Amino acid sequence: MMQQGIQGQKKQQSDLAVEAHGLVKVFGDNRAVDGVDLSIPTGCIYALLGPNGAGKTTIINVLTTLLKPDGGSAKIFGHDVASETQVVRQLISVTGQSAAVDERLSATENLTIFGMLLGLSKSQASKRAAELLVEFGLEDAAKRTLDKFSGGMRRRLDLASSLIVQAPLIFLDEPTTGLDPRTRVQMWDSIRRMVASGSTILLTTQYLDEADELADRIAVIDHGRVVAEGTSRELKAAVGKATLNLRLADEKDAAEATRIAQEVLDVKASQPEANLVTAPMSDPDSVTDLLIALRDAKIHLATVSVEEPTLDEVFIALTGDGKDAQARGAKA
Amino acid sequence: MSPQIVPGAERKLKNRISLQMTVSNSLTMAYRTLLLIRRTPQQLFDVTIQPILFTVMFAFLFGGAISGSVTGYLPIIIPGILAQTAITASMGTGVQLREDMDKGVFYRFKSMPIARIATLTGPLVADIVRYSIATGLTLVMGYLLGFRWASADGALLAGFLSVFAAWCLSWVFALLGVIMKTAQAVQGISAAILFPLSFLSGAFVPTKTLPWWLQDFVNVNPLTYVVSAVRQLFTQGTVGADFWLSLIGSIVIVLVFAPLTLRAYMRKA
Repeated sequence: MMQQGIQGQKKQQSDLAVEAHGLVKVFGDNRAVDGVDLSIPTGCIYALLGPNGAGKTTIINVLTTLLKPDGGSAKIFGHDVASETQVVRQLISVTGQSAAVDERLSATENLTIFGMLLGLSKSQASKRAAELLVEFGLEDAAKRTLDKFSGGMRRRLDLASSLIVQAPLIFLDEPTTGLDPRTRVQMWDSIRRMVASGSTILLTTQYLDEADELADRIAVIDHGRVVAEGTSRELKAAVGKATLNLRLADEKDAAEATRIAQEVLDVKASQPEANLVTAPMSDPDSVTDLLIALRDAKIHLATVSVEEPTLDEVFIALTGDGKDAQARGAKA
Repeated sequence: MSPQIVPGAERKLKNRISLQMTVSNSLTMAYRTLLLIRRTPQQLFDVTIQPILFTVMFAFLFGGAISGSVTGYLPIIIPGILAQTAITASMGTGVQLREDMDKGVFYRFKSMPIARIATLTGPLVADIVRYSIATGLTLVMGYLLGFRWASADGALLAGFLSVFAAWCLSWVFALLGVIMKTAQAVQGISAAILFPLSFLSGAFVPTKTLPWWLQDFVNVNPLTYVVSAVRQLFTQGTVGADFWLSLIGSIVIVLVFAPLTLRAYMRKA
């Protein structure tokens, strides 16, 4: 991006849906957001990935004008979030972590009121409400109050509420946390449809597979900072190593297998279970040599598998703070 | 390919909310409050059960002792209860505002391109309906017990004054609702303010029966003027000094508390 010259840079700027420089938000002694830079191109799905308490939601709250930044600046389509709040609010919609709908009202009433607030007439708003309820498979529950809704239904209604008038930039704070796998896939489809019709999506997630599946680019957030940024492939490459798992037919061979693996792969192998030997896999070609060496040594294998980096490993690698990240990763 | 929305960078937008939009947003929020009331009719207990219960209870409890008969006591008690229930109802405004502000849906309202003040003004407007119910029911109960007003115009104006005074006072409770942390706290403080104000106001007993120091309090209590004005409208059908004092006093309360409430609210919201 740096080498694109002035013209490229200019075009890049006008194409940015979100642009943040050195964003800071402090609560007491806690620097919840600690100098965050973000450049999110228009038309993409961008994920903030991080454990609980990393500062993802606070970043969202600042970008959506719910909180004033204590330092730095952020622009939404070129409009400052601190000074042009009303313009920014006309460009965004937010779907929060705690479903932001009124549980004392029915699904239809909720959507109708949001529609009327957005400038639709009462009849337009109820027509739009009916359309959205069908689209999100909630038409049977339209008249029920939300205290009788399941978590997944509420989440879908919350998302529907954000789409009454489709905003150019849509914030989704942990859109699939706590959803069953089927609803999760439906949610992903809805998100892709929004992008197809011209919206930009900024979502937060704790799940690497979700970021992997959906996002064009990912920023990994930890302790209120962006610790890594890039496409999912770039991040995995940076985290590095997949793990090679060798499950032995006979556990008596374990020590010998470990020795051979270390020798052939030139890495430190370990033996987490009696009949399991694992080793980081930096060069996939050398695995062939290892398998041949094991056959020559008459060591029989039950299974061979390769494990992609997990979220825990991403954090351990990116924060250089293994224990801490592991503890929080496990909690998340 | 799905239909495309207008790209964010190409939209021409204003960074301010027009007055028209503020009014329209407030009315939508008022509509929302009325829907909430319809969904949870318990919210109407203070403006339905209370006027019915208090009117009957106080009329028969104190009627004989204070005025010699229930019918004789009605001209004292009905204006008193009218003012009292409307004003007690205004206390609910603060409690409900606090509860509403703690709901998740408030986060959505805050991020929407709407007049922020609408989430405050909407419920305040909708509450006029509650005060009107309270006032109407008290009048019906009074009528059933045998109370007769001097003129229909006077009774109507008396009803209007009660509702208006209650609405003005609701800004005080709205301020409590905004600055206090929990709905219970709002309830507690509001009740502590409201009980002495409503009972020590000439609403239930003639002021001259009270010890002098209590008379002094009653005479500076703004509610006394509302009660006297309402009483005069009912019994004589005329507008007196108390009416104008009540009206001006109510307006002063709004002029003082509305800006305070709005400022506290905007800081929090």
